[in-house]
Amino acid sequence: MAPISRGFGSRRRRDVDPTRVPPGQYTVNDFPVLSAGPTPRTPLEQWTFTIDGAIDDAASWTWDEFLALPQETFTVDIHCVTKWSKLDTGWTGVSVDTLLEGIDTVAEYLTAWSDGDYTTNLALEDVTGGQAWVVHTFDGEPLEAEHGGPARLLVPHLYFWKSAKWVRGLTLTLEDEPGFWEAAGYHNRGDPWKEQRYWND
Amino acid sequence: MERAAVLERLATPLRAAVVWRLATVRAVRAETPGARTLVLDVPEWPGHVAGQHVDVRLTAEDGYVAERSYSIASPPEAADVELTIERIDDGEVSPYLTDDVRAGDQFEVRGPVGGHFTWRVEQGGPLLLVAGGSGLVPLMAMLRHRAAQRSDAEARVLVSARRIEDVLYRDELQRLAGVQLSFALTREQPPGWTGFGRRIDAAMIEAVGPRPEDRPRVFVCGPTAFVERAADLLVAAGHDPRAIRAERFGPTGG
Repeated sequence: MAPISRGFGSRRRRDVDPTRVPPGQYTVNDFPVLSAGPTPRTPLEQWTFTIDGAIDDAASWTWDEFLALPQETFTVDIHCVTKWSKLDTGWTGVSVDTLLEGIDTVAEYLTAWSDGDYTTNLALEDVTGGQAWVVHTFDGEPLEAEHGGPARLLVPHLYFWKSAKWVRGLTLTLEDEPGFWEAAGYHNRGDPWKEQRYWND
Repeated sequence: MERAAVLERLATPLRAAVVWRLATVRAVRAETPGARTLVLDVPEWPGHVAGQHVDVRLTAEDGYVAERSYSIASPPEAADVELTIERIDDGEVSPYLTDDVRAGDQFEVRGPVGGHFTWRVEQGGPLLLVAGGSGLVPLMAMLRHRAAQRSDAEARVLVSARRIEDVLYRDELQRLAGVQLSFALTREQPPGWTGFGRRIDAAMIEAVGPRPEDRPRVFVCGPTAFVERAADLLVAAGHDPRAIRAERFGPTGG
């Protein structure tokens, strides 16, 4: 039984559907920034996106090739482990299903890696079946660098640290290898609806 | 505290279970017009590393629950856990913690959390700590840890605030031994002010030092815009991006 905090009353917003807000989260209208170091800035002419690891031939796209892939525009809710959730965010990008098309692998996991040395690990089944994208546009505008531009991974059904900013590739792996925050005590999967914030949640 | 106990605390395993514990407010201390420190007694606190934070959970009478994260201000050597909280006027949680909470009140905390934005004396210096506003809180834990361990690691601190009265821990900072202190007051400077009187810029980074060749461990904490600007300036000045650790917070929700 949680102790009552004397005099603490709810000041939550009443215009938000509570069934869309995972436990321990609150909704925001702005877009907070969380990252562990300086914001990297890679010129678009040097940008590539690569899928390698447990496959026969690595696949790679330049920025122009990436933009020429089939694009999807969609609206989702996002949930950061630092407690904020942002509802109805609009994105445009390429589905991970599209990127993995024609790739034959026995891998069950992957490590997403980024400029600035950030990594995060995901199960392949969490990024396929229309659940994950590499996005470059937020609410109709090019994604700003501080929010992960030119492109970031977007896996909205998991805490937002899984949606790696400045993503440059996916390395398919046979074993599940903890990424940056996962190795630092955060949960390996990070399902906000199960409040999987820290490793033992 | 006895040396063995100190060592035990410093050896805090990263993987100590992160469970909710009942915290009792032992004392409340005003720091600035907008911030105060809550001194918490947390039974079976597993210890922490300077720079880590905790989650705080408040429960209203109607069962409504709100969670927020706050940096720990106290060093690993202290018996109590201290949180310094800045009031965000339209926030949901911070006004309660800065205005309403009094000694004897209880709420839940869990942690410590965070293994990246941390420093232990064994890691040595030189240190460059850059704070915007209440971003000083986790950096103060590092400075207090350095002082408690009588470390002579070179340490430079740059604190940016609007006015002098908004600078947290002002007197304690001045008393720290062997720390090079710089203040940047962006909105208003007292008469005779000899510190910086502007927002952080390249000349300020150079004046504060150390040089990138000295390979300092750099910690930057503050509001998002401040951290973005400071980190960009540090990279432009030649500091290794991998040596710069950043923690950003927005005024959101609070």
